[in-house]
Amino acid sequence: MIVAEAKPLEEIADLLGEVRKILVVGCGGCVTVCLAGGEKEVGIIAAALRMMYKKNGKELETLEVTLTRQCDPEYVEMLEKYITDDVDCILSLACGVGVQFLAERYNKWVVPALNTKFAGGTIEHGVWEERCGLCGECILHKTGGICPIIRCSKSILNGPCGGSQNGRCEVNKDIPCAWQLIYDRLKALNKLELLLEIQPPKDWSKARDGGPRKVVREDVRIE
Amino acid sequence: MSNSPAPFEPKIVAFCCYYCAYAAADLAGSMRLQYPANVRLIEMPCTGKTDVRVLLEAFENGADGVYVAGCLEGDCHFLKGNIRAKKRVQYAKKLLDEIGIGGERLEMFNLSGSMGPRFAEIAQEFTEKIRKLGPNPLKKTGTFPGEMPEERVAHDK
Repeated sequence: MIVAEAKPLEEIADLLGEVRKILVVGCGGCVTVCLAGGEKEVGIIAAALRMMYKKNGKELETLEVTLTRQCDPEYVEMLEKYITDDVDCILSLACGVGVQFLAERYNKWVVPALNTKFAGGTIEHGVWEERCGLCGECILHKTGGICPIIRCSKSILNGPCGGSQNGRCEVNKDIPCAWQLIYDRLKALNKLELLLEIQPPKDWSKARDGGPRKVVREDVRIE
Repeated sequence: MSNSPAPFEPKIVAFCCYYCAYAAADLAGSMRLQYPANVRLIEMPCTGKTDVRVLLEAFENGADGVYVAGCLEGDCHFLKGNIRAKKRVQYAKKLLDEIGIGGERLEMFNLSGSMGPRFAEIAQEFTEKIRKLGPNPLKKTGTFPGEMPEERVAHDK
């Protein structure tokens, strides 16, 4: 999932500035799971902002809606009935994708309430970790299911580097050395011979270096 | 008759666990212990039910102080409910600081069902603390549902 984190309240209030009525829009996708932008967080942020404004002698009216997903036009469409002339601003509690989808669809000023962090997963309730670098060409089959692109601080393909000490990364001792993990895993799987293959430089044009990416599936396009 | 304004009487909401604080309140009553009438009790199945949104709602609707009262640590009927409540209260305190209401208006207490006198003492101490802090800062700028205007005038003075 996309993992995000709420911006500090004060920052959100600064971004909103002089507004009287806002539409606070949550997302039922990834940010609900990582407890950053679901229905509950919409309620908390909206209440907190109302109180902040009230304390400063201003009235703030909030409309609260949580869409199934903000990254799908069919759900974004459902917001239309809430977008009235008196709504000064949309506060989106989605990842950067959702914010942009709202901004593209509606002629309103859209403010992000979250900072989008990474593609990751839940380690335990309340702890999320980065797991995928979205590099565009998966090599996990060669590395025992451990991604050197995102879990190695240097993203090296033929590791470990000299900074790997006692299984820890030199960047921070809290970070396990990805290449140590890869070695241990392949050893356990009896597949250490995979490490004998030297990996050539990665084709980064399939990642962000090739500019914004797009996936098209002609077979499922409707028109 | 004196023209001096009525003393500030805080409105306090206490979220009480059914297995301890709520029973302790009952015991305090049976023991005929006096505690301030400012405290309005809300029964919870466990403080593990504590919801940050509800705590904020209490302040938004005009509470001057809020506390959550759960079992002694290690004694939760549902094992960890009170530990979870403690963390949520901490988080809500941080939010209240950011909002400008002040996290010190929210507290968590731990007691057992047999601690009737302690319940009365907490109610007394917390009411005094909020009395010193003064009214919920939101009251200076707005009205609240169900609140009499006269009451607000008294607060503003």
